[in-house]
Amino acid sequence: MTLIFRIAAILAALPFLAAPALAAKDTLTMGMTLEPPHLDPTATAAAATDEVVYANVFEGLTRIDAAGAVQPALAASWDVTEDGTVYTFHLREGVSFHDGTQFDAEDVVFSFERAMAEGSVNAQKQIFEPIEAVEALDPRTVKVTLRRPTGSFLFDLGWGDAVIVAPESADANRSAPVGTGPFRFERRVAGDRVELTRFEDYWGEAPALARATFKFIPDSAAAAAALLAGDIDAFANLPAPELVPQFEADPRFTVEIGVTEGETILAMNNAREPFSNLKVRQAISHALNRDAIIQADFDYGTPIGSHFSPVHPAYVDLTGTYPHDVEKAKALLREAGYAEGFEATLKLPPPNYARRAGEIIQQQLAQVGITVEIVPVEWAQWLEQVFKGADYDMTVIAHTEPMDIGIYARDDYYFGYDSAEFDGVMEELSAEADEGRRHELMAEAQRILAEDAVNGFLYQLPKIGVWNAAVEGLWRNTPIQANDLTEVRWRE
Amino acid sequence: MSTDAAAAGAGSGASAGLVIGLAMTATFLAVALVALAWTPYDPVAMNMADRLQGPSRAHWLGTDLYGRDVLSMIMAGSHNSVLVALVAVGIGIGIGVPLGSMAAATRGLADEAIMRFADFTFAFPFILSAVMITALLGPGSVNAIIAIGIFNIPVFARVTRGASLPVWRRDFILAARAAGKGRARIAVEHVLPNIAAVLIVQATIQFALAILGEAALSYLGLGAQPPAPSWGKMLNEAQTLVAVAPHLVVFPGLAIVLTVLGLNLLGDGLRDLLDPRLRTRVG
Repeated sequence: MTLIFRIAAILAALPFLAAPALAAKDTLTMGMTLEPPHLDPTATAAAATDEVVYANVFEGLTRIDAAGAVQPALAASWDVTEDGTVYTFHLREGVSFHDGTQFDAEDVVFSFERAMAEGSVNAQKQIFEPIEAVEALDPRTVKVTLRRPTGSFLFDLGWGDAVIVAPESADANRSAPVGTGPFRFERRVAGDRVELTRFEDYWGEAPALARATFKFIPDSAAAAAALLAGDIDAFANLPAPELVPQFEADPRFTVEIGVTEGETILAMNNAREPFSNLKVRQAISHALNRDAIIQADFDYGTPIGSHFSPVHPAYVDLTGTYPHDVEKAKALLREAGYAEGFEATLKLPPPNYARRAGEIIQQQLAQVGITVEIVPVEWAQWLEQVFKGADYDMTVIAHTEPMDIGIYARDDYYFGYDSAEFDGVMEELSAEADEGRRHELMAEAQRILAEDAVNGFLYQLPKIGVWNAAVEGLWRNTPIQANDLTEVRWRE
Repeated sequence: MSTDAAAAGAGSGASAGLVIGLAMTATFLAVALVALAWTPYDPVAMNMADRLQGPSRAHWLGTDLYGRDVLSMIMAGSHNSVLVALVAVGIGIGIGVPLGSMAAATRGLADEAIMRFADFTFAFPFILSAVMITALLGPGSVNAIIAIGIFNIPVFARVTRGASLPVWRRDFILAARAAGKGRARIAVEHVLPNIAAVLIVQATIQFALAILGEAALSYLGLGAQPPAPSWGKMLNEAQTLVAVAPHLVVFPGLAIVLTVLGLNLLGDGLRDLLDPRLRTRVG
């Protein structure tokens, strides 16, 4: 019975299904590997949340574009005083939230104060740390006073963590996000997908897509199958480089190999013996052979010698600081008092890049006498044990936040690294507005990390975008954690 | 001492299945033995220059993602399979057979307790429980052995009890009792030799299941940990590479299939040879 009803329903729906196919398609299903824990970007460090809602559902005063540059968003323009401490933002007219409430200066004040408040759950509080006061001068003007000049302030405001939320809806954003973006949250099917629809009262240019679905497929083989079957139209970052040739050879698909902001590192617990010994860390750095590790991830990665993106203008190539040299590594271990080597564990989170690099690193460290026991862990365990608890010897992980070199200055960070010299450079950097000087300081910071061999710096994670050849407007690189759909359209 | 095995063996003779199964199992064991002393290459040595090669003269079964020789890995991986299966079946026999014998010898409350415990254990699907045990104890070969071993205990307890019960009703047991022997002594001296055939057949089949179980756990990342080679782990690593390097799936897969098939043929053949009456009961 049910089957007959279903067939009848499908047959009845056929003419309606066929009709819109004549016009250009205006729906998109995008595959992602990880599912967001919830949909409030101001209350989580999970990149997956930003990858669904950033620029689509939520907007900040500024936004980061595909090239990584700062663009005006809810602030149409701004003035900065000579000394770089007072920013006056001129807000856009006629902006409303998805629930119909009007956007004005009070929303900005509310959003910032919420993030700065005691007990705030914002994952990137450092964005707001320099702010001394936020005032609404009038409904269209906001004045932000800083404690000190902060060179990256406009860029930082473009992060997903600094989007503007409304006081009426902020508390419910985790499950029913309400923003000002071109797409409205429609519904979420936990464990499967999030659906967005076009917001008709959007202040800016209306997006070409009427509906967008983010579908979560953790298994890369299943993701590839879904692409081939046409169940999904695009996969922003396919974590399976081995499948690339298959899609490149298929004219139905476009493959774009870009770079992410993901510095893939062999993180070491600098607060724990024997990794607290500089010579041991140097020995490990000498023992690593980046080329082999990158080859195991199918040669799409770019080698790095410090914690900095190679596409950033201030990047310095430090891959030669500790070249692959087994004898040198052994000598350093001897000097450090570990002539016989030592035993250590390597906790590996689930992604392929981590598991693959882990197995090679185990081999490479074995050559210098370090016995590594691999401990595979799930994401929840990794976050709990390694990231929060710093209960680990070594781990392999990609840090995908943009411009995140500052994490090495944090006292509570899981690397356990503490360097007065580095902290000093970061302090100077945060107060410096001059672009040239900022780049010098960034280079200095990279050099300190490389020379201190804080972690084993491996490679920049590639962004392997695969999508239907008729889709255009998706980002090649990920200068910020986002899947911006505003420019996406189907070629006719 | 009278055993059924001798009588049955004379009648049916060795079947083709038995010969093939014996040959396949012997090959498997021979490979495992050879691999103790020699493999074509070091099974854990990575050589990125030679990675993902198909079968060639230098590498008969090709190389994997890290340029390791697949033939050497399969040969070395057989150790892990044999070891896990042997010990796991050993645990099953070592604990299950005494429990089953005790149940059959004493009946009553002990019998009831042991059999209900067996039912309880059987209520959980094997793989699910093995995953649970390794998740609790942590992944690794030793814990895989424990997980598989625990599930062999009720199998042997049941088979031992079931096969022992009819033996206990035989006349020579009565004679032994009349001679003043205790139940434990009768169980060991008279019952066990009579059910040895059944146990050997069951052990062969459990051995095959244990190899499958180990491969499944390793495939899920809960068995042998790198760099120790294991067939299941090879399949796991090859999973996303099917389109690029199908040989990485085919060869370890064949190794598992052929080994398990050989052991099953051997088990069936032995069963027919040793006791044709069991044909409908085991397997």
